[in-house]
Amino acid sequence: MGFKDYCFRKSLWVFHFGGASCNNCDIEILDCLTPRHDLERFGILLVGSIRHADVLLVNGSINMRDKDRLLELYHQAPKPLLVVAIGACGCTGGIFAEGMTFAGPVDKIIPVDAYIPGCPPKPEAIIAGIVKLAGKK
Amino acid sequence: MSRKTLIPIGPYHPLQEEPELFKLYCDGEIVTDIKWETGYNHRGIEKLSESKSYDQVFFLVERICGICSTSHPFAFANAVEEIVAVEITDRAKYIRSIIGELERIHSHLLWVGLAGHFLGYNTVFMWAWKYREPVLDLFEMITGNRNSYAMFKVGGVRRDIENSKIPAIRKEIAVIRKKIDLLTGAVMDDPVIHARTKGVGILTRQDIIDYGAVGPTARASGVDIDVRRDDPYAAYPLVNWKVITAQAGDVFAKAEVRLLEMYESASIIEQCIDALEKMKEGDITLKINEIPEGLGTGRAEAPRGEVFHFVVSDGSNSPARHKIRAPSYTNIATFKKSCIGQTIADATLSLAAVDPCYCCTERMAAAYDNSSGKKILNANELIALSLKRTSELRKSGTGHE
Repeated sequence: MGFKDYCFRKSLWVFHFGGASCNNCDIEILDCLTPRHDLERFGILLVGSIRHADVLLVNGSINMRDKDRLLELYHQAPKPLLVVAIGACGCTGGIFAEGMTFAGPVDKIIPVDAYIPGCPPKPEAIIAGIVKLAGKK
Repeated sequence: MSRKTLIPIGPYHPLQEEPELFKLYCDGEIVTDIKWETGYNHRGIEKLSESKSYDQVFFLVERICGICSTSHPFAFANAVEEIVAVEITDRAKYIRSIIGELERIHSHLLWVGLAGHFLGYNTVFMWAWKYREPVLDLFEMITGNRNSYAMFKVGGVRRDIENSKIPAIRKEIAVIRKKIDLLTGAVMDDPVIHARTKGVGILTRQDIIDYGAVGPTARASGVDIDVRRDDPYAAYPLVNWKVITAQAGDVFAKAEVRLLEMYESASIIEQCIDALEKMKEGDITLKINEIPEGLGTGRAEAPRGEVFHFVVSDGSNSPARHKIRAPSYTNIATFKKSCIGQTIADATLSLAAVDPCYCCTERMAAAYDNSSGKKILNANELIALSLKRTSELRKSGTGHE
């Protein structure tokens, strides 16, 4: 078992970064934590600081103002870190990709391990994505 | 001598789901001043809208805000239909109202949950979000998606609600009503919630008028305004319902108004599906060949208040100018009144009480460099930037032509 496997073997702690989004992905991520889907049964917990996190969830198109902050968060995070881009905007920029303040999809700014497409992805899709990611390493 | 402490909330605070920066200036425990910064969420929607056709703009305005993703298309449809001067069919009106009211229920439940979360009362959060799920199921059944519904178009709606689905909808509404009963009982009788919310973040009637606040925020302070009644659209004049108001203006009153509004919404939906049942299926859209030159304004009552869209058409297939004002834009300004003089714990609750939606509120703002006081980007430079970007996209061939 490599170091990375060891790190991601148990409960994944997740930090959520909402970029310039429409809020849909944000509420679907919160929805994952509420009784119907209840991600916490997998040991997945939303944490308040990136320094505690194993996974960085990024959703929304990233505008010029968010870009530097996202980079800084990435540098502050303890490695190894899994980055998940959620939603059409997180994956490609979606409908806002032609906007004047758009600063590139997430994978142009930081390396991304998994993409969960959809506008917004259903909670089931988000759970499936994260579980797959945890199992892959 | 008192010393001021700055407590920042945000921009990426675990308590908030959206990026927004509040600066609370505190003297000990008491908040003495508050400032807020926007722009973390700016996507340039008004400008983007000018590059899309009228059919595409619906998908764009739907993504202004995920929670009120019907209100914006509603207001935009009202605006464009004013330019075309057309009245949609009754069936389309009822379907629009059903979607609008379902959204109000889901949004208010979401707010009750988040308010509970802000109180540190996570049981309410979990309950409210659990009870919200049947509403989302209904959305999935009617529109095919849980959050962005894509139901609206100029001249009607995209999908019909088949009469065969109506019994299932009626059953689900009855379930939702029972859940709201439970939740209302729990919230209204809970001594902890009373203690934390009564007399907190009071906005007087005069404050509301001074700041131009709208929606449940205004109605909780005794200002009786509701676009659905004052400037009727869709099926609202065809059904019986009443505007809920409260007098106290505190956080509890805002919760009360929202909880009681959910009953009104449920009753509107029931009346609408009763009417749908008596009608012929399929008569949901009008054929609109062109949008003439002209100006149109559209208003709609979002769960948070009045959404206003202003569209200028030059006769082409995309808007020449599209101006949007979301309710949170005026509601957020009331923080200056409601938070100052409160303790920090109560101030965060007062912030949450107006149900601020930051992604609706984003405005183009000129950026200043704090150290030198120099303007970094003004509006013209941003437009130049936009033009540059468009030409880049054209060259790379990824833009829509």
